Amino acid sequence: MGKRVALTGNEATALAMRQINPDVVAAYPITPQTDIVQYFSQFVADGQVKTEFVTVESEHSAMSATVGAAAAGARAMTATSSQGLALMWEVVYIAASLRLPIVMPVVNRALSAPINIHCDHSDTMGARDSGWIQLYSENAQEAYDNLIQAVRIAEHQDVRLPVMVCQDGFITSHGLDSIEILEDAEVQRFIGELKPSYPLLDPEHPVTIGALDLQNWYLEHKRQQAEAMKNALRVIPEVAAEYAKLTGREYGYFEKYRLDDAEIGLVALNSSAGTIKAEIDELRNSGVKVGLLKPRVFRPLPAKELREALLHLKVIGVLDRADSFSAFGGPLFTEIRSALYGAQIPVLDFIYGLGGRDFTMTDAGNIVEKLAKVARDGKVEEPITYYGVRE
Amino acid sequence: MPTLKEISGRPEILAPGHRMCAGCGAPVVVRQIMKALREDEHVVVGNATGCLEVSTTIYPFTSWRCSWIHNAFENAAATLSGVEAAYRSLKRQGKVKAEFKFIAFGGDGGTYDIGLQSLSGAMERGHKMVYVCYDNGAYMNTGIQRSSATPLGADTTTSPVGKVIPGKTRPRKDLTEIMAAHNIPYVAQVAPSHWNDLVTKVRKALDADGPAFINALAPCPRGWRYDSADTIEMCRLAVETCFWPLYEVVDGKVKVTVKPREKKPVRAFLEAQGRFKHLFEPQNERIIDEIQAIVDAKWANLLARSEQA
Repeated sequence: MGKRVALTGNEATALAMRQINPDVVAAYPITPQTDIVQYFSQFVADGQVKTEFVTVESEHSAMSATVGAAAAGARAMTATSSQGLALMWEVVYIAASLRLPIVMPVVNRALSAPINIHCDHSDTMGARDSGWIQLYSENAQEAYDNLIQAVRIAEHQDVRLPVMVCQDGFITSHGLDSIEILEDAEVQRFIGELKPSYPLLDPEHPVTIGALDLQNWYLEHKRQQAEAMKNALRVIPEVAAEYAKLTGREYGYFEKYRLDDAEIGLVALNSSAGTIKAEIDELRNSGVKVGLLKPRVFRPLPAKELREALLHLKVIGVLDRADSFSAFGGPLFTEIRSALYGAQIPVLDFIYGLGGRDFTMTDAGNIVEKLAKVARDGKVEEPITYYGVRE
Repeated sequence: MPTLKEISGRPEILAPGHRMCAGCGAPVVVRQIMKALREDEHVVVGNATGCLEVSTTIYPFTSWRCSWIHNAFENAAATLSGVEAAYRSLKRQGKVKAEFKFIAFGGDGGTYDIGLQSLSGAMERGHKMVYVCYDNGAYMNTGIQRSSATPLGADTTTSPVGKVIPGKTRPRKDLTEIMAAHNIPYVAQVAPSHWNDLVTKVRKALDADGPAFINALAPCPRGWRYDSADTIEMCRLAVETCFWPLYEVVDGKVKVTVKPREKKPVRAFLEAQGRFKHLFEPQNERIIDEIQAIVDAKWANLLARSEQA
């Protein structure tokens, strides 16, 4: 086990999809997800997968066909970015509410308008309340590992919810990385056979899926859906523990980097975490006690564990690569603050990197400097700022 | 051709007890279509949001004795293409053994309008399914709003007859021809008044080696404003006036399947319905002439293209 190869995030994703070997993939090309679809098409053309590949005419149809395939009893996948996810919106909710175990890589890209093809998290943050599990990935290795684990999480009998596996557009999706991959047979053994619940294609047991659900039942069904999301909090670490046995790579709800003895804490998703880690090492050398919490599981939100991991800090800076336009900070900020409710720790929000604006170690250092000042003075002048913006 | 006795002996897949209105054309169309299935064939139905969907599956009940899926309004064809792709995949892998057919039902709103892209994509990709549009000429489920299938001059709640505008100002979209232009193996127009023609065509559609599209007239007593006992009579008038020609397009070849013995003026169809009542006021008579001209041109075109029977 453990072959090391050089792959981009998209190549790693396409490879994981080939190894998962789904029964059906329905997908539509969009920058920067496009080469996932291209690589997968080649696997189909070369007979390397058993997949029926449905080259739909839009993302709305991509998600619609994926829902149909999953309801039929197939292991079904799609992949998208940005506007594609936005166009799917209606059916994204339906996939979760019909409790279909679909797995979808999402290559994060800013939403229009203005049109922009580069990374931010406005696309998947917009879908955070759609009922999908969301896993975020710092690099190609995590995108690969998360995708394989996602199949097990989605298909677990107590969960039965779709999973988005997010990685940063271009930064991760097109950056070449050194990653360790599994053998095809190991992936197949790990994910096992899909055991579909109530498939349409059972001739002995016809089913009605997607009935009209009125005042006397809708609330109960939504409650069950919420329970499935709670169950995911239990199942995600179980799957991760098994994956760690196979690969030696550990995955929690989040990664803590030099956090336990830190006074200043940063919270950031995806590729920026790598940049921040490098800056933390520099700052630690000069005696600054700074650490990072990088959420991997954003839906469900492991609120209790987040709180426990952050409670010892003197100040917290949340980096949001999306705005919620609530005039009260970005989506990650409000969730972290909510998890810390009642704690007397100043939490600041830095909305940064929108539309792919570069984020460097210097930027991470500047943010730590601002947080250090808050820790010293105990005063927060403005909790929500747009980092690096030209005002 | 099947006999009435044969057809009536076949199982009813749409069970009674659903909540469609009295006189609604849609369940009549559905029952006749399902009669074209053989006993050894299983079927998965994909249903667009609409009257048929909401009235036949009020949780925890269902009228469907087959597998059935509703996803959303505009995506019945895309949804069913996913089901059909899953079937091909699982069949090839030996995980599904039974024979399945795939039938989609959408109203004209879900087919001519919001679902047109999804339908076009599914047909172009060649999924082996029969897509049935039950055309009642408006968004009846939400209360009779105009669609692109609404005939010229019709009074609907979004093309109301007013002091300056006499109902819908645009003629209908010719969806059957649009589907024929996809060069799929089978396209047909049917009406439940002509059940034998309908069942025969659906069987051809089910046997086609690829996608098939059926446009079925499904009168709506509330939207068209006629007595609910007269649904089949409305269909007959639509066929006899050539407002709704019965024809098929097989591998690109047109064939008119029912030629009225005597082609009635379109007035006979229009005057039977309250939605066209205002057209018979003197200032609106020209609209009837326009409708007649559209019907005549279409009928002449079909006859010219039709193979000599």
